[in-house]
Amino acid sequence: MMTFLGYLVSGISLGSVYAIIALGYTMVYGIAKMLNFAHGDVIMVGAYISFCATNYLSLPAWLSVLLAIIVCTVLGVVIEGLAYRPLRQAGSLAVLITAIGVSYFLQNAAQLIWTSNTKIFTSIVSIPSLRLFGGQLTITGEAIVTVLTCILIMAGLTFFTGATRMGKAMRACSEDKGAAQLMGINVNFTISMTFAIGSALAAVAGVLLCSSYNTLIPTTGAMPGIKAFTAAVFGGIGSIPGALLGGILLGIIEIFASGYISYQLSNAIVFAVLIIVLLVKPSGLLGKYTPEKV
Amino acid sequence: MKKKNFMSLLLAAATCFSLLAGCSNGGASGNAGANANVIKIGGIGPLTGSAAQYGIATRQGAEIAVSEINELGGSIQFELNSQDDEADGEKGVNAYNTLIDWGMQILYGCTTSGSCAAVAAESFSDRVFQLTPSASSTTVTEGKDNVFQLCFTDPNQGKTAADFISEHKLATKIAVIYNNGDDYSTGIYQGFAAEAEKVGLELVSVTTFPDDTTTDFSAQLTDAQNSGAELVFLPIYYTPASNILLQAKQKGLSFSYFGCDGLDGILTLEGFDTSLAEGVYVLTPFDTTSDAAVSFIEKYKEAAGEAPNQFAADAYDCMYALYEACQKANITSDMSYSDVCDALISVFTSSDFAVDGLTGSGMQWGANGEVSKDPLVVQIVNGAYVNQ
Repeated sequence: MMTFLGYLVSGISLGSVYAIIALGYTMVYGIAKMLNFAHGDVIMVGAYISFCATNYLSLPAWLSVLLAIIVCTVLGVVIEGLAYRPLRQAGSLAVLITAIGVSYFLQNAAQLIWTSNTKIFTSIVSIPSLRLFGGQLTITGEAIVTVLTCILIMAGLTFFTGATRMGKAMRACSEDKGAAQLMGINVNFTISMTFAIGSALAAVAGVLLCSSYNTLIPTTGAMPGIKAFTAAVFGGIGSIPGALLGGILLGIIEIFASGYISYQLSNAIVFAVLIIVLLVKPSGLLGKYTPEKV
Repeated sequence: MKKKNFMSLLLAAATCFSLLAGCSNGGASGNAGANANVIKIGGIGPLTGSAAQYGIATRQGAEIAVSEINELGGSIQFELNSQDDEADGEKGVNAYNTLIDWGMQILYGCTTSGSCAAVAAESFSDRVFQLTPSASSTTVTEGKDNVFQLCFTDPNQGKTAADFISEHKLATKIAVIYNNGDDYSTGIYQGFAAEAEKVGLELVSVTTFPDDTTTDFSAQLTDAQNSGAELVFLPIYYTPASNILLQAKQKGLSFSYFGCDGLDGILTLEGFDTSLAEGVYVLTPFDTTSDAAVSFIEKYKEAAGEAPNQFAADAYDCMYALYEACQKANITSDMSYSDVCDALISVFTSSDFAVDGLTGSGMQWGANGEVSKDPLVVQIVNGAYVNQ
């Protein structure tokens, strides 16, 4: 029973990291209708910025996170403006390949700047671990902060897209870019804003990811990025609560699979579950089913 | 159309320029003197990609040795050309072909076992002498008389570790966490498991992970905890090991740990809290206290800005081993690589050829390409290695 709870806690804490990254994916996909494969690498940049701020500039943790958010936001807007905006009218395949290119560019640029040597990220969370049942079950401070941040961000995004003017503009762009433009919405600006928000979330995700799992290398964001993308599809891409649900479920399945079945097969099991879910519900757990109009 | 022409012209110009740049580069590094006997050594290792830290360390270590050797001003001078393989077999073979075209006479590398095995197959059929600083898998040398290792083999490390644990009564219930997607880690584990059975160590928990980018070890640690293990054997590289040490501490687990040479370097990880590694045993061939080592460490720090790890020391020793062998076999710059290969094989396998280096004294090689030297066990005390 203790083992079960232990796995569950590990799963939720891993899942909430996936969920934060998935929120960024789903936000950009939902509005700009493109898969930003460079999202995972923006996470890595965010973690490096925070690492440099605390280790080289001796800034306090909260300031380093703020700096990471600012840098990533600017980076996100610049990437969108330079790499994706010129391709707005191009096919989705061209944009996808560009995104993969940007992802490799960021990884290699990071390697030039910070070298490939592993850096150990010092956790920004100073909350002590919670020990339950006489120390048999430990919930780390990082896990608590990650889960809370995740729920907070999800609530914030749901409110933002649902109730604010900018959020409405975003939803309008998502429905139909052409019609939104005719209604006087600045589509380019709206999509830039989406990237700004997505990248700010990436910075937060990067800091929390590296607080839980301390090794930082230029490819740190790659695998969590892919897992989070899976989580977003699992929960229904474009759906904000779906990203949270998908992320947490993915984390739990992964840990249970590696704990009870096989370490080797854990990734295979995760993706097998994804395939089954998509066969039964093609638009993901909470996704909206939109029939193709001919 | 005009624009296209211009672009292609520009591209052609850029290509020519890069070719020229290549030429002038070759000239600069080969300035040892027109009448000196310059032996061309090709080096392969990951200079970019996730294993770049090992490849860069070996390149740096080898370069220090080469500049020392050339400063001696003897009749034999070395010219080293390092190519990148990103620790990938296919890219390793590409790098090998580049080096053959360049006129390589001796191959030094590769840094990682996977790529090395792929390149060794080529060098075996072409007859190029190959000495690897750090590819420790037995698959690298198996059935190839031209490939030699400077590092000890993986099963040998596992065996030494099991013997040490049992002799010093460190523990009887052992958990192992290893990377079964990696030849190095799997090889050590197999050697360890075989010896553990002989000396009466009980492996209560054996868990694996698929690659070195794995960051979550909660399932593996929970398994080790439930099995009642006293010591965790970590035949893995230091990046995943640093995650294991931290997550075990976060979970409030207190194991003792025993790692192999892949763990060497954990203390110099930037930002690593060295108190996490307190008391950890590490197998390493690199005794940092000798005079030669102190001088090497100083030169390395000057060149690279950080302390060398064991990979750099292995690479340094490689160059001196090749230097001594070349002197003995009277290798000249006009010999073809296959002639060089035959001459060096007979020197390396002869019983009176022994090399003293940073990573062992009196190193000798068998016909199977394996080196004979003993691993040294150190324990981390107050953030530094203490010989055991």
